[in-house]
Amino acid sequence: MIGTGKIKQYANVLDKPLGKGKQEVSLSAFAFLFSELVQYNQTQVDNISELETRLEDAGYAVGARVLELLCHRDKGNRRETRLLGILSFVHSTVWKVLFGKVADSLEKGTEHEDEYMISEKELLVNRFISIPKDMGTFHCGAFVAGIVKGVLENAGFPAVVTAHFVPVEGQQRPRTTILIKFAEEVLRREARLG
Amino acid sequence: MTTTACFIIVSRNDIPIYEAEVGSAAKREDAAQLPQFILQAALDIVQDLAWTTSAMFLKAIDKFNDLVVSVYVTADHIRFMLLLDSRSDDGIKSFFQEVHELYIKSLLNPLYLPGSRITS
Repeated sequence: MIGTGKIKQYANVLDKPLGKGKQEVSLSAFAFLFSELVQYNQTQVDNISELETRLEDAGYAVGARVLELLCHRDKGNRRETRLLGILSFVHSTVWKVLFGKVADSLEKGTEHEDEYMISEKELLVNRFISIPKDMGTFHCGAFVAGIVKGVLENAGFPAVVTAHFVPVEGQQRPRTTILIKFAEEVLRREARLG
Repeated sequence: MTTTACFIIVSRNDIPIYEAEVGSAAKREDAAQLPQFILQAALDIVQDLAWTTSAMFLKAIDKFNDLVVSVYVTADHIRFMLLLDSRSDDGIKSFFQEVHELYIKSLLNPLYLPGSRITS
């Protein structure tokens, strides 16, 4: 066997330590995988909103797992019980682990009490994707929206999460904004907890 | 000496995902389902308690005769519930942490649907 290092072989995958794991995955590998994901779904659905829904579902599964894993790894087993807490957790920790940096900004919506926005100049998943004119409002950031939704829902804060393009003057490509709208019960619970 | 200990993992929708009985429990006909009942009753208490604290390990939260219910809540609101006669706190905490790690590992399996029964 050509092996130089002493790597402990674990008989059962469940015995491997949870630890840090390898942090980096190559960007091109991910871009390739993601484009395949989009293309595969494109052949299966009839319209745009179903495509977005499928991407969102894929992201939801990721979000559910990311939440547990990160809480265990980085936060030493402390849960998030408050709204602002979970939002800043998503905004910094989750973004850092997934994309290597914190999100550009986190804002509270002005029109409604239950809306928050996370915005980013250029989403990593959109970097190598161009949208043909006839698919107007489609946004591959639906995948990231799904991840955020998975994290929030599993932490006990049900929300509707969507991704939008926001044109900004002075910049060629529009900014991406993830809009988070929390459900009624979340606000009521927040008010109750004071 | 009969030691009864019952361990149940309950998902966020109050569906038990995993059950186990530990120790040489003398099965009494009339109280065969007793551990399950006690743990189900404790679920409501856990629900309220979970939102007031950001720690994961909630110590003894309910007593029934001489049995103590001990609960550990994860970030996903999955509850690990343990029913046993009074014992030291440290042993229980490390047991829960080990179970938590195992649960995360099984969760990372992309073919595992969160909330379905754990069978291995």
